[in-house]
Amino acid sequence: MNTNSNTYTIIYASVMVIIVAFLLAFVSGALKETQDENVRLDKKKQILTSLNVNYEGEDAAALYDKYVKEELIINYAGDVVEETGAFDLDVKAENDKVLEERNLAVFVCEVDGESKYVLPIRGAGLWGPIWGYIALDADKNTVYGTYFSHQGETPGLGAEIAKPKFSNAFKSKKIKNAAGEFVSIAIVKPGKTDDTKDYVDGISGGTITSQGVDAMLMDGLGQYVNFLNK
Amino acid sequence: MGLFSKENRATFLAPLGVNNPVTVQVLGICSALAVTAQSEPALVMGFSVTIIVALANVIISLLRNTIPNRIRIIVQLVVVATLVTIVSECLKAFAYDVSVQLSVYVGLIITNCILMGRLEAFAMANGPWESFLDGLGNGFGYAIILVVVAFFRELLSAGTLLGFTVIPESFYELGYLNNGLMLMPPMALIIVGGIIWAQRAKNPELQD
Repeated sequence: MNTNSNTYTIIYASVMVIIVAFLLAFVSGALKETQDENVRLDKKKQILTSLNVNYEGEDAAALYDKYVKEELIINYAGDVVEETGAFDLDVKAENDKVLEERNLAVFVCEVDGESKYVLPIRGAGLWGPIWGYIALDADKNTVYGTYFSHQGETPGLGAEIAKPKFSNAFKSKKIKNAAGEFVSIAIVKPGKTDDTKDYVDGISGGTITSQGVDAMLMDGLGQYVNFLNK
Repeated sequence: MGLFSKENRATFLAPLGVNNPVTVQVLGICSALAVTAQSEPALVMGFSVTIIVALANVIISLLRNTIPNRIRIIVQLVVVATLVTIVSECLKAFAYDVSVQLSVYVGLIITNCILMGRLEAFAMANGPWESFLDGLGNGFGYAIILVVVAFFRELLSAGTLLGFTVIPESFYELGYLNNGLMLMPPMALIIVGGIIWAQRAKNPELQD
C-alpha cells in the first residue's frame, strides 16, 4: 500500500483523530466522578489547614464536618443571603462580577470552643491563579491561620507560598489598623518593613508571586470589608 | 536475537553515559532548567518522562510502518499528547496528591524534546522491544542529570535535600549563607555545562 498518497494520509489522520477523541472522552467521562470527589476532599483539607487542623492519617471529611459549623453565603453589604451552599460557591465566577453584586462565602467554624471565620480568596500569581483560605478569630481582625496554594508557580521560588513556613508567618497578624479600619497585611521584601500595617516577609526570587499574594489579600479580604466591620 | 542481546543492552545503557540525552544529545534542556530548583520535582519529572517516553516509543514503533511520512511528526505528537493526558487524568482520579504536586510538569512532558527526538530518531526505525529499552534508557539518562543538577541547586540554595535540612545550624552561625543565585535557572545551565565538561574530559571520543 502506498502510505504517501493523499487519500491514505487524510484517512489515516481522520481515523487517528476519531480514535483519540473517543479514547480521551471515555477516560475523562469514566474518571470524572472520582476526580470531582478528590477535588471536594482536597478543598476540605485546604480549609482544615487554614484552621491549623492536622488531618494527616485521619478522615478529612469527618474532621471538616466536626469543625465547620456553617457555610454562609453573604453579599457585599455583609448580610447573609443563604444559610448553606458556601462550599459549592464558585469563587472565580464571583470574582468576575462587580464588587457590589458578588456573593461571598464565609465558613463559620469552631475550634476548641472558639468561633473562627474562614474566608476564601483568589488572585493571580506569575504563571496562573493563586488562592487561599484565611481563618480569622472571632474579633474578625486577628489571623488564626492561613492556607495558600497555586496552580503553576515556579518550585523553589513562587511555589514557596504553599509552604507552612510562609503561611505560618501570618498567624496572629492583624488585618485592621489601630483605628479599626481594614488595611490588609502587606507582603514585603525580606528585610523591609511597613509602618502602616502588619507585614510578612515575601519569597526571595518569587517577587511577582509575593506581590500577587499582597494584592490577593488586599482585594480578597477587601470584599469582606462590611462583614469584617459588623 | 535474544531479549537481552548485546545490542539491546547497548540501546539501554548508552543513554545513561556516552549517549546521554541531556549532556550529549543536548535535548530536554528547557525542563532541566525549570524543575531542578528542588530534588523532589526533579525525581518525579524524571520518573514521569521515563514512563511516557517508553510507552510512546512502543506505540510509535508498532505503528511505524503505517504512518504516512508527511504527517509523521503530527502523529507522534498526538500519541504523546494522548498518553500524557490519560496519565494526568488517572493521576487526578487515583493519586490526587501526586497530581497536585506535579501540577504543570505533566503538561510540560508533552513539550519535552527528548520524546520527539527519540520517537523520530529511534522508534520510527526499530522494533517495539528495542524502542521500549531505548525509551527507558533515555528516560533514566534524563532523570540522572536532573537529579544531579537538583542536588547541587537545592543543597546550595536552601541547605536541604528532598526537603530535609542537611546543612547544620552551626554552619549558619559561623556565617555560612545560602546562595540565592542557585535558585535562578541560569545556574542549572552552568551546572549542566559543568557536567558536559567533565564527561567530555573523561571521554575524548565525545569531543568534536
